[in-house]
Amino acid sequence: MWIYEKKLQYPVRVSKCDPRMAKFLIEQYGGSDGELAAALRYLNQRYTIPDKVIGLLTDIGTEEFAHLEMIATMVYKLTKDATVQQMEAAGLGAHFANHNRALFYENAAGVPWTAAYIAAKGDPIADLYEDIAAEEKARATYQWLIEMTDDVDLQDGLKFLRQREIIHAQRFKEAVEILKAEKDVKKVF
Amino acid sequence: MQKPLDDAYYRLLCELQTADFVLVELSLFLDTHPQDMEALRQFNQFEQKRQQLAAQYELQYGPLLQFGHSFSRYPFQWVETPWPWQV
Repeated sequence: MWIYEKKLQYPVRVSKCDPRMAKFLIEQYGGSDGELAAALRYLNQRYTIPDKVIGLLTDIGTEEFAHLEMIATMVYKLTKDATVQQMEAAGLGAHFANHNRALFYENAAGVPWTAAYIAAKGDPIADLYEDIAAEEKARATYQWLIEMTDDVDLQDGLKFLRQREIIHAQRFKEAVEILKAEKDVKKVF
Repeated sequence: MQKPLDDAYYRLLCELQTADFVLVELSLFLDTHPQDMEALRQFNQFEQKRQQLAAQYELQYGPLLQFGHSFSRYPFQWVETPWPWQV
């Protein structure tokens, strides 16, 4: 069960209409290391991971949906006032032909999201290492995105998201240690 | 970009988001440190603060949660704007 909360996790502001940045930001919406992939990856792993880390996967997976909404809000605000000509000039002509200004789960190059982005190995350590890598890759993407814009309002939201990736990676690393410790305890007895 | 609501709205929303951020952070921390008493004490303290802020927000700006987790005045307030991406 999930309950929707009618507010963003962190304020999203943009200081100008900028479809060019919207096209790049879509990477974190429907890309391989984006927020949709992250949410679905962690929530899907919960069913076959040891009990001790189910709570963490549930919470981080849920937070990723809040981040997905923040990215969507950025893309929406950056494109809502854009003319067709501006969309085309920003490289969103092909997107516009199919989707108008609707959001679509695709990466910055327009490749649709696929479940193939998500590994599900059923091995707790392999799965958690995948999660750590996913967070580090997302952190790097946010860094590139921050460097691609001079909009300080947009950068503020992106910096929040970048920092969350660091925290998530840290918590996943602790989860690995919890499982290792559990395994060692079993050996003693 | 035009702000559709007054400053008081953004101030209260920001206060709520701040308290909620503390709670998200502490939740993830407690997920891997369930025996940290001090963190749990802070968690319960901010949970109380959060409830007060949420009640104040909902009284002025309408329900935060769906499916009967927030009260509503007549007519049903859930369907009213603004939605989060519109503010």
